[in-house]
Amino acid sequence: MARYDAFFDTLGLRDWCDADKTDAPLSMAQLLAQAQGDGGEVETPGLPFPSLDELHQACSKIGQTRDLTEGLENGFLSIRSELKYVLDPITQPLSWMLDGTLFVFESAPWWVMMPALLLLTWFVSRSRAVTWFVTFVLLFFAFIDHYEVAMQTLAIVFVCTGISVAFGVPIGIGMSKSDTAQRSIVPLLDLLQTLPTFVYLIPLIFLFPVTESKLYGIAIILYAIVPVIRLTDLGIRLVDKDVIEAANAFGLTSWQKLTRVELPLALPNIMAGVNQTIMMSLAMVVIASLVSAPGLGVLVLRGIRALDLGVGIVAGLGIVLLAVVLDRVSKAALNRVDTRAKTK
Amino acid sequence: MTPKVSIRGLYKIFGADAKSLVPLVQGGMDKATLLDQHRHVLGLQDINVDMQPGEITVIMGLSGSGKSTLIRHLNRLIDPTAGEILVDGTDVMSLDGDALRQMRQKRMSMVFQKFALLPHKTVLENAQLPLSVQGAERKQQDEEGRKWLARVGLDGFEGRYPAQLSGGMQQRVGIARALTANTDIMLMDEAFSALDPLIRTDMQNLLLELQKELQKTIIFITHDLDEALKLADHLVILKDGAVVQQGEPQGILLNPADPYIEDFVSDINRARVLRVRSVMRPLSRDSFDGDVAANSNLEDMIGLSDGDTSLTYRVMDGDEAVGQLDMKDLVKALVPRVSGQDTAA
Repeated sequence: MARYDAFFDTLGLRDWCDADKTDAPLSMAQLLAQAQGDGGEVETPGLPFPSLDELHQACSKIGQTRDLTEGLENGFLSIRSELKYVLDPITQPLSWMLDGTLFVFESAPWWVMMPALLLLTWFVSRSRAVTWFVTFVLLFFAFIDHYEVAMQTLAIVFVCTGISVAFGVPIGIGMSKSDTAQRSIVPLLDLLQTLPTFVYLIPLIFLFPVTESKLYGIAIILYAIVPVIRLTDLGIRLVDKDVIEAANAFGLTSWQKLTRVELPLALPNIMAGVNQTIMMSLAMVVIASLVSAPGLGVLVLRGIRALDLGVGIVAGLGIVLLAVVLDRVSKAALNRVDTRAKTK
Repeated sequence: MTPKVSIRGLYKIFGADAKSLVPLVQGGMDKATLLDQHRHVLGLQDINVDMQPGEITVIMGLSGSGKSTLIRHLNRLIDPTAGEILVDGTDVMSLDGDALRQMRQKRMSMVFQKFALLPHKTVLENAQLPLSVQGAERKQQDEEGRKWLARVGLDGFEGRYPAQLSGGMQQRVGIARALTANTDIMLMDEAFSALDPLIRTDMQNLLLELQKELQKTIIFITHDLDEALKLADHLVILKDGAVVQQGEPQGILLNPADPYIEDFVSDINRARVLRVRSVMRPLSRDSFDGDVAANSNLEDMIGLSDGDTSLTYRVMDGDEAVGQLDMKDLVKALVPRVSGQDTAA
């Protein structure tokens, strides 16, 4: 008999355990044991603590470990249609934005796209060096015939970063205003940041068709929104207490305090968060190519699948180049707001 | 004269269950016992101060005496545990969010030790802050801001950022900002403590000059007795959250109420602080060695008499003879009183 029989007998639970006893599916250990010809009984291996599988042998009411994962899956599947009913319409605009932006980035001729990007670079960075650098990188992408895929990746990064900022900054503000909110959101952010990136994709694949661009959009945003939330919260909490006190003493309303004091003073930190968000969405965009996100990631994936070393490396380096560009531009913007606040 | 600001039986206890401990403190429990037995910190106890309109009330105390806590009660940056604060007869505690903001905007402005300017705004924008908060017209904001910046001597610095200015200049912006608010009451929390001594003297003179012109009700916090004596019309000395003595500064200097204050005032350059009017006697003779103004300080007198203690002067307040000054009294007044002895003959 199994190891824990005595335990259930003493507790008087034997009847409960054996009620409607069926032949439960065999656990892996039992199967192995059977295969080795030892009969159904398992000589339980080493560990001295109870495990679900062992308890199951003694009492069939207790589930096996594989029931746990199965239960989780069934649970998810049972609420899937409801979840889909709610999430589908809410997230639909994301698909439109991604598709629209991709369409614009792909179909706009180079003589519109490149000047527009360079103007944007100049506008946010006000740095001649950075603008020249971006010019050369764009020309280089054209030179190696990766211009279009690079534009696709850029389009996805733009949309996802934009949405991350649009949601992340208000969430960060909320967190900075309430310690309770901060305490409850931080573990969630930790989870989002440490959950292996592929794991995001699994439930999403169940919810949305793989052809929908919001599938990868959501995965990227969930992953990339974390730093902008964290740094907005941090930035506002770090605003000089004396200045806040002065704002109170002169009778500023909460809104005036937020818009005139807290956000401007937290801006350098928020910009650092935006920089990180851009970097992380770029990292995720490659993984997202597994679920049909277009761009450089597709080429990386092709390199892996076909063991095509050259294609993979060129596309990978292209992503690095894109990352450097986005990082330099956003850092230059960060420096600009930073020095304006402190002007020497 | 009805006081502009009146503090009545104010208590502040820091801790989770402060309210219920008020009776204990009112019953005489001291700071150490409260901390020991109830884990609450006694911030202020039984403060009663009247602040007259048009006067500078200086609240002086060492760090930890509760002076910064006290000034923050006036505009309710800190809420009292018990007691009332009357401003023009209205209890500040009765104001709700909106009314409180109105009061902070229109009736009390504040100058801070660390300036607390907005680093991302220009000097002019900083000075305009109170008006822009109230939603005044651009033109008025601009005019008022420039006017007060000019008044504190910052012509031509309007477009600079605070970080480009020296500490003294930054605090001038702080004062201009408070003046732009055009409030009757100005709270100054160690406004000059972060400045170096020469600049501090400049700023004190600027404040006195402005005060002569504007006649505001100023509540000034400081830990520096020289500064307190220079500025105060009414001096309040705080120790461990309680008022030890308050009154006219000269009176405190000549008649310190307890050893703590004696200790405090003993390091002061009395010749510079004490005025003739505080050490003179009633007129008792006809011939004098000269006339002196009631408000000249003793240092000037020593210079005038050339150190001769046999002289006696007639003390004039304007055209009126108000008393006589015996140089011997003057010399006695220069020696700080020590507990147990009585030098005021």
